[in-house]
Amino acid sequence: MIIRKSASEIELIAAAGRILAECLTLLAEKTRPGVTTGALDRLAEEFIRGRGGVPTFKGYRGFPASICASPNDMVVHGIPGRQRVEEGDLLSLDVGVTLEGYVADSALTVAVGDVGREALRLMDVTRDSLEAAILECRPGRRLGDVSHAVQEVVEAAGFSVVRSLVGHGVGKDMHEDPQIPNYGDPGRGPRLEEGMVFAIEPMVNHGAHDVFVADDGWAIHTGDGSLSAHFEHTVAITADGPRVLTRRAGEGGR
Amino acid sequence: MAQKEEAIEIEGEVVEALPNTMFRVHLDNDHEVLAHISGKMRMHYIRILPGDRVKVELSPYDLSRGRITYRFK
Repeated sequence: MIIRKSASEIELIAAAGRILAECLTLLAEKTRPGVTTGALDRLAEEFIRGRGGVPTFKGYRGFPASICASPNDMVVHGIPGRQRVEEGDLLSLDVGVTLEGYVADSALTVAVGDVGREALRLMDVTRDSLEAAILECRPGRRLGDVSHAVQEVVEAAGFSVVRSLVGHGVGKDMHEDPQIPNYGDPGRGPRLEEGMVFAIEPMVNHGAHDVFVADDGWAIHTGDGSLSAHFEHTVAITADGPRVLTRRAGEGGR
Repeated sequence: MAQKEEAIEIEGEVVEALPNTMFRVHLDNDHEVLAHISGKMRMHYIRILPGDRVKVELSPYDLSRGRITYRFK
């Protein structure tokens, strides 16, 4: 059942979202060749706690860190550690912030130095697919419209949508109903209503959509070793349409 | 953090065995689905016959097809 949040609850998620947006901006700035993903993780944790929040991921189902750091062919859920960021890397960073019991979830992909035209195109398309999905987040639309928006943008560009991982409702828990796949048929699924809050997260592969889980039980890689990009926002559905609660300064969009 | 797509698991009774090791299963929620036998069961040579009670895994995105993952004794 999709939990609808009151206006005051949405403000709490928005407050978590502001901290999260700043945190991701900070992490993106600090993502340079030579930095370890573990250092980025510590930075994120310090920042979040310094603002009175709690890193949502730490301890969630046993996840050992505050951020997911997923380079290149790793799609999501990379555990940060001693791995160093290198020139040419495409690094996806996913972070969650819990503030006063409410969760915000967001992610972005950073290009480290010169990643090449195709990787930049992959990032742009993934970002665009998220924006297209956000525009569908208004009362009266259906969940399938959101999923289809992502799929349309991604496949038109010749990339593939990861199917076995989905976006999700968010609120007091990180993962709530509904599951929000990044592919689907328009006009299907539950009707969207004011008060719903979604974490929409296109995961896009340069090659085929298949993925597999690594031996650590967390990190997910593309089956064919191709690059993958990931962008995510927490979006509230209001009477006037979508309200992105994790917008970063200078990002553009609604 | 992305969530793994969750399959829905429902129990039912096998109504009919079809060619290609497909089975028609009548689920406890009164839906009828076309199901195939899971790789693990195939590997262990577990036979399924009409009348057997089984567990079926359905993808939330196609509720008319499933995978039989367990046969009850």
